[in-house]
Amino acid sequence: MRSAFAAAAFAALLLVTGAAAQAPRPVNLAAISAERPPELLSAYRLFRDAGAREPNAGVTPYDLNTPLWSDGALKFRYAFLPEGTPAEYRGDGVFEFPVGSVLIKTFAFAADMSRPTENVRFLETRLLIRRADGWVALPYVWNEAQTEARYSPIGADLDVSFTDAGGAATTLEWAVPNRNQCKGCHDLAGAITPIGPTARNLNREMTYAEVSENQIMHWRRSGMLAGLPASAIPSAAAAYDPSSGTLDERARAYLHVNCAHCHNPEGPAHTSGLDLRWTQTTPVQWGVFKRPVAAGRGSAGYEFAIEPGHPERSFLLYRMESTDPGVMMPETGRQLADERAVALMREWIAGMGPDGAPNHQ
Amino acid sequence: MRFIAAFAAALLIAGAAEARTWRVRPGPQAEQQLQTALIEARPGDTVRLGRGRIELSGGLSLDVDRVTIRGEGQGRSILSFDHQRRGAEGLLVTSDGVTLRDFAVENARGDAIKARDCNGITFRGVRAEWTRGPNPENGAYGLYPVNCDNVLIERSIARGASDAGIYVGQSRNIIVRDSLAEFNVAGIEIENSYGADVFGNTATRNTGGVLVFDLPGLPQQGGHDVRVFDNHIVNNDTPNFAPAGNIVAGVPTGTGVLIMANRNVHVFDNDIGDNGTVNVLITAYRESFDNAEYNPLARDIVVRNNRFGNAGYAPAGDLAALAQLGVAVPDVLWDGATVYSAGGTPRTASVRIVVRDNRSTRSGQGSFLSLGLPVAGSPLTEASPDPTVPPLLNIPEPERVRIRN
Repeated sequence: MRSAFAAAAFAALLLVTGAAAQAPRPVNLAAISAERPPELLSAYRLFRDAGAREPNAGVTPYDLNTPLWSDGALKFRYAFLPEGTPAEYRGDGVFEFPVGSVLIKTFAFAADMSRPTENVRFLETRLLIRRADGWVALPYVWNEAQTEARYSPIGADLDVSFTDAGGAATTLEWAVPNRNQCKGCHDLAGAITPIGPTARNLNREMTYAEVSENQIMHWRRSGMLAGLPASAIPSAAAAYDPSSGTLDERARAYLHVNCAHCHNPEGPAHTSGLDLRWTQTTPVQWGVFKRPVAAGRGSAGYEFAIEPGHPERSFLLYRMESTDPGVMMPETGRQLADERAVALMREWIAGMGPDGAPNHQ
Repeated sequence: MRFIAAFAAALLIAGAAEARTWRVRPGPQAEQQLQTALIEARPGDTVRLGRGRIELSGGLSLDVDRVTIRGEGQGRSILSFDHQRRGAEGLLVTSDGVTLRDFAVENARGDAIKARDCNGITFRGVRAEWTRGPNPENGAYGLYPVNCDNVLIERSIARGASDAGIYVGQSRNIIVRDSLAEFNVAGIEIENSYGADVFGNTATRNTGGVLVFDLPGLPQQGGHDVRVFDNHIVNNDTPNFAPAGNIVAGVPTGTGVLIMANRNVHVFDNDIGDNGTVNVLITAYRESFDNAEYNPLARDIVVRNNRFGNAGYAPAGDLAALAQLGVAVPDVLWDGATVYSAGGTPRTASVRIVVRDNRSTRSGQGSFLSLGLPVAGSPLTEASPDPTVPPLLNIPEPERVRIRN
């Protein structure tokens, strides 16, 4: 009896010390700079919990005005910058992040995507780490129990089932990209580069600990960003929010975020001559009356990527609608068609004047 | 002296110890083993493919310099994409100094083997094929280097591509030799490229045998310096099966050699015959374009010392209209374009077309006709055919291509 009491007291003591030991330790800088990536995501201590739901101190969540669509997956994004070393602001393109920065993105599905905060299954967490000699891309794949994510440089296939936001049962084989496939998108002139954190795409409100603040301002105030201009910060339209921009701006924003990482003059698809960056000003460069080059059956027999007024004869739209690997665009990162984006593009192309000028109304 | 020799030997051994050989045999693990090898390989390594069919569900990719992928032969080691579910090509190479040899890629959903942004890419004894034969659902390109320097394609085979079997695009310093292209829309195509030697090849049973193109609106244009010689370009008779809209969909069935736009292209010492539409067609780019730097005219073209067989007996495509106009199709047909419109402004360029010393089983010397369509893209109904052979100017031949590794 007495010994049992002692055991209970000892157990209580253990719990207390255990709790003390769980007081969050800071992000593991050695793991970030390690030449050989840690086997487990938890080694970085980017999160306080094993399930990577609670970011550690210095790990800041962020959202984008128009995100890349990946079969409708939920995405949880965070940035970690070493203390005292802000990123350098860039008006165009990705901020210049300091060595030791980590961009974190977790891909997930909720069992019922109309209730995206319940029964969320993490599939993979991708880290982009800024090393002295450039960025590296490190994919970590979550186990079924959601207790650990393991480094997986050759990718993985995961069976995923969920009910989509419209109520349809959906299954797909989620393809975690291998190292080469990471570079298939994150490639600028042969080097790995981030895509998302640009001024235009970060310039929006975000809720931090129940307080809403503009992300760019928050980053500056918390020492994560320096070199902001005195002039206004540019802002990208949110693809599906008509209050954020014209139809043309929203369509171009979608194309930039979802396509321009390849379709730019230094990207993997530069040989196509198609440039889908929002900075491009020449309509033929983004597809208006642009003939197919090496599209093969991706051209669907149509003459132009975009034929103004004729979405039904525009093969840019055809390739977005297709799920055939020899036809579809983007080539990777999806198995389903982005129906909302297809509708947006259809409306955009249908409303173009005969010269491809946007229909501002 | 002795010391130096010993040192050199040690270096060799160290080098040998570092270069590894990865072996992949067909079987349920082969796909993962192969992609892992292609990712984990170090420069200098060799990935050996065993005998048999390796079934792939996704596209493969290689991004490590100086790796060799080698099989047991193009008929023995087969990368089969019959059940491909992912990836826009069978194999994608994006690194320098890579050698691919002695294996086949079959039935890729998109392109078979694409090499992009490489300096040094060798295809040797490689086969790219769609085994069901010509079909518009086949992938576009078989062997497909694009934006590469120092491209060598030899003793290779391409069959069934719905665009071009061997397609070299926007590249520099190119050799395509001793290869076979058949049952493609275009057998061998050199497009928007600088410096290519195409010789010792057989292009047969395609829609068009050998194409030398320059297209507007691409990062690299102004294709020039191409030699096509000692090839067998015969019996190209497969009805055009390219998806409409693509530039090759306009290639008339039964075309031997087609030169479109481009500068300084020399076609000599070839056997070109039994091409139902025409043996050699020289034309401007005929579509409208929006690109101030682009010159759509074919200029400085030499066609000499070829052996022409039968042609013009079944003119197809645009050229079928010629037959209806009562124009007999010659061995060498030129559209006659010397002027083009750039944004509405007429422009011209020095256009020299030299046709000499050819022989023909049909017409003795080899026949020539200009359609007399001086403005690029004029409709054929405006043709005023002129059989006068252009003056025999001396156009210096491009230097022999040497691959620099």
